[in-house]
Amino acid sequence: MTARTRRSLLYVPGNNPGMLQTGGLFGADVVVLDLEDSVAPSEKDAARDLVCGALRRVDFGRAATCVRLNSLDTFAAADLKSLVPARPDLVLLPKTGCPGDVLELVGILERLESLEKKDRKPIGVMALIESPRGLAEINAIAASHPRLEALVLGAEDYAAMVGALRTKEGGEIALARSQLVNAAAAYGLESFDAVFTDAADDEGLAADTILARNLGFTGKSAVNPRQVKVINDLFSPSGEDVDWAGRVVRALRQAEKEGSGVASIGGKMVDAPVARRAERILRLAEKLGPGGGDGR
Amino acid sequence: MKTVLRAAQAGTMESNDLMVIVEPGSGGISIDLESIVSRQYGAAIRATIARVAAEMGLTDLNVKAVDKGALDYAVEARTRTALGRALAPETDGGRGK
Amino acid sequence: MKNAIGREIPGETKGQGKLRPFLGAFQGAPETFPRLPPKKRSPPGGNKVFSSLGDLFGDLELKSGATVSFHHHLRDGDAVANMVLAAADKFGLRDLNVSLTGTFAVHAPMIELVKKGVVASLRTSSLYGPVAGAVSRGVFPTPVLIHTHGGRPRAMKNGELSVDVAFVAAPAADRRGNIVGHLGKSACGSLGYAWSDADHAGTVVAVTDNLVPFPLFPPSIPQNKVDRVVAVESLGDPRGIVSGTTRITKDPVALKIAASAAEVISASGLLKEGFSFQTGAGGASLAAARYVAQMMEKDKIRGGFALGGITAHMVGMLERGLFQCLYDVQSFDLESVRSLGRNQNHLEIGADLYANPHSSGCLVDDLDAVILGATEIDLDFNVNVVTGSDGVIMGAAGGHPDTAAGAKLTIVVANLLRSRQPIVVDRVITATTPGETVDVLVTERGVAVNPKNQELKERLVKARLDVKEIDELKSLAEKIAGAPEKVDRDGPVVALVEYRDGTIIDVVRGVSG
Repeated sequence: MTARTRRSLLYVPGNNPGMLQTGGLFGADVVVLDLEDSVAPSEKDAARDLVCGALRRVDFGRAATCVRLNSLDTFAAADLKSLVPARPDLVLLPKTGCPGDVLELVGILERLESLEKKDRKPIGVMALIESPRGLAEINAIAASHPRLEALVLGAEDYAAMVGALRTKEGGEIALARSQLVNAAAAYGLESFDAVFTDAADDEGLAADTILARNLGFTGKSAVNPRQVKVINDLFSPSGEDVDWAGRVVRALRQAEKEGSGVASIGGKMVDAPVARRAERILRLAEKLGPGGGDGR
Repeated sequence: MKTVLRAAQAGTMESNDLMVIVEPGSGGISIDLESIVSRQYGAAIRATIARVAAEMGLTDLNVKAVDKGALDYAVEARTRTALGRALAPETDGGRGK
Repeated sequence: MKNAIGREIPGETKGQGKLRPFLGAFQGAPETFPRLPPKKRSPPGGNKVFSSLGDLFGDLELKSGATVSFHHHLRDGDAVANMVLAAADKFGLRDLNVSLTGTFAVHAPMIELVKKGVVASLRTSSLYGPVAGAVSRGVFPTPVLIHTHGGRPRAMKNGELSVDVAFVAAPAADRRGNIVGHLGKSACGSLGYAWSDADHAGTVVAVTDNLVPFPLFPPSIPQNKVDRVVAVESLGDPRGIVSGTTRITKDPVALKIAASAAEVISASGLLKEGFSFQTGAGGASLAAARYVAQMMEKDKIRGGFALGGITAHMVGMLERGLFQCLYDVQSFDLESVRSLGRNQNHLEIGADLYANPHSSGCLVDDLDAVILGATEIDLDFNVNVVTGSDGVIMGAAGGHPDTAAGAKLTIVVANLLRSRQPIVVDRVITATTPGETVDVLVTERGVAVNPKNQELKERLVKARLDVKEIDELKSLAEKIAGAPEKVDRDGPVVALVEYRDGTIIDVVRGVSG
């Protein structure tokens, strides 16, 4: 499993050169170059050419590059044919409705990758869950294929399809959030919360991000570059978190040295999930460096 | 001489973008360029357009390009798209070939 | 000859005579030029008011070859310079020397008057629109002099610039010649750039579309300095005079630059009780002011003053107690115009107090930090704000060189790439502000500190700002955009860029097309 320390996922319209070439400047951990909703049907070919050019020639810094494809029933196959040689780190499949969707995507990827040089790293997959069907099958989707790295919630389409009124507080997507977090946790995937659509409401974004973090999401999507810093800051471990994680890991090493199978801190047993959480915090802290700041 | 089937265009007039219009030529590749950075990058933009046309096997082409400060990757992409559209047997709604 | 920053300056030019090359930001010695003070008299019961420009011109002793002046507080809405010069043409006047503190698109009719011989020369701090293009194409018979906001009052005070008649657009005036700028349909706020004209011009004419009952008080310019008042239908188009609101940019790249600029101020150690600050109204500058305001509020810092072109944002900071006063030489939006009439601590100042280097102490010298823009900056930190990278005039010296010289911390904010054009170059095509007065460049891809300021560099590194060398930024920009082709500078001299002390820091050469 790769080091999963990604907190923010920034959508960038795929047919806009100005936004594509600045997408790496805002500290997002994943930059999603979008071929789907932000691109008019008549411009899909242009966006494909532009995104492929950007993947080859634009420096996205330390961000992972991801491309949001069109759905499998529209242009996904044509998208992939162009994209695979340009090697994004990841692709994001919209409207994922069942495990078969992931398998179909992986099948296309494997076929196209086999035409390329063999030493290249396989392209990872993220699944966008944005329908009642996708949520109903979420556990099977999460378990579908080892290439799947993350589940991403698409709340606007989901709410519309179940007939819910979308609110700032998000009561209508509470269950969807929790189910997605649970499925991701159950199968060792990352989980990204949906975008907060009002880019001008900084306080609302912070509240929504704290909610997502406290529910167990590992990161959150952003629709505007200025949202990235808030998301990164709130998903970065605090000094207290790092201290705690350090204590957990030391206790584990101590237990190992003493040959005891069980570590504990403050009388509480450290079991495997706690250890994993502590390790993720330390990895994040290490990536962010002293002081924890980034995103510049 | 290889030429395109029809006139086609790609790109927009927004900043950092390039609008390219291509049409069948009447001998050689001719490029009519208007750019906000023509003094500094005019030659580079023309060279890229000509290179993409050559890569796509075209020897006979008229190009009109209006540049709003596009980086080279965008110049290349917009040219490629315009030529792809001009060479496509019929409009396929952008589904790709 | 070459000046102190290696720019080739001709020994003399037509119109300006002998030129003094730039010696260094603080090296130019004050000079004085002999000139008799104007004769003035206004007997009791005398009339100052004229009901048309025609009547006024019949009365004025204005001759061909004279120097006339205008302020640019009406910006792109100004009709006064155009109507006065048209009247002068009608009266058969020729070879006029025009001192217009700022030139905008609205001033395009001047081009025909130049071709016709009515206008012989132009001094200005800014050139935008068709006149700027005409200057670059060499339409003017003598090189245009581009001065700074502080350089003009210096030249008026020391006699170098001798104005025969100053036409002062007055949004409100009474029959005795008391005038203010913040009232009436053409309200523009501060009249600060006209104060030196009122002090030094031979004859001062208030041009108003709003004649109000005497006494108009407190005046911006009082009656003892104003010789004539002429009533006209309209001073211009209010839509071009002030913007309704100066909006803070939403461009994420500009916001990133702004946030970094604010962090630079914070890390510099200057942001403490009594902090004084100037910023422009442009994209990243205004946004930076908002971040600075947030930091001041969070840390409960009460600043001293804010200076310069004033915006609603600065007014808000004054009213929230973040500054003790505003010094306003130019009001940028409606809210700052209104505030000038409403807030006791919103003070109108003249360009002399603002920025004259050869005075007994101007306010720019008391700035802690200023945030400025650039169209180009070079490896020596010299800044160009007058021409595009292609050498075509499209900008303003304004207060840029003045505030850079005065402030303790001069921050230049700019996109590393403007469209495809790298902002960092080997040598700026036109130097406006010398590098020795610039401390730091803030871009979206890193911050570069002038090597003369090692202490600042250490502070910024410690504060985890993305500090790079300026040549690294240049290479980075060229890696993204490709290296630009060199633009030739071999046309005739069409403009002189005068440093604030009266020396010539650079010349602008004509470009074809």
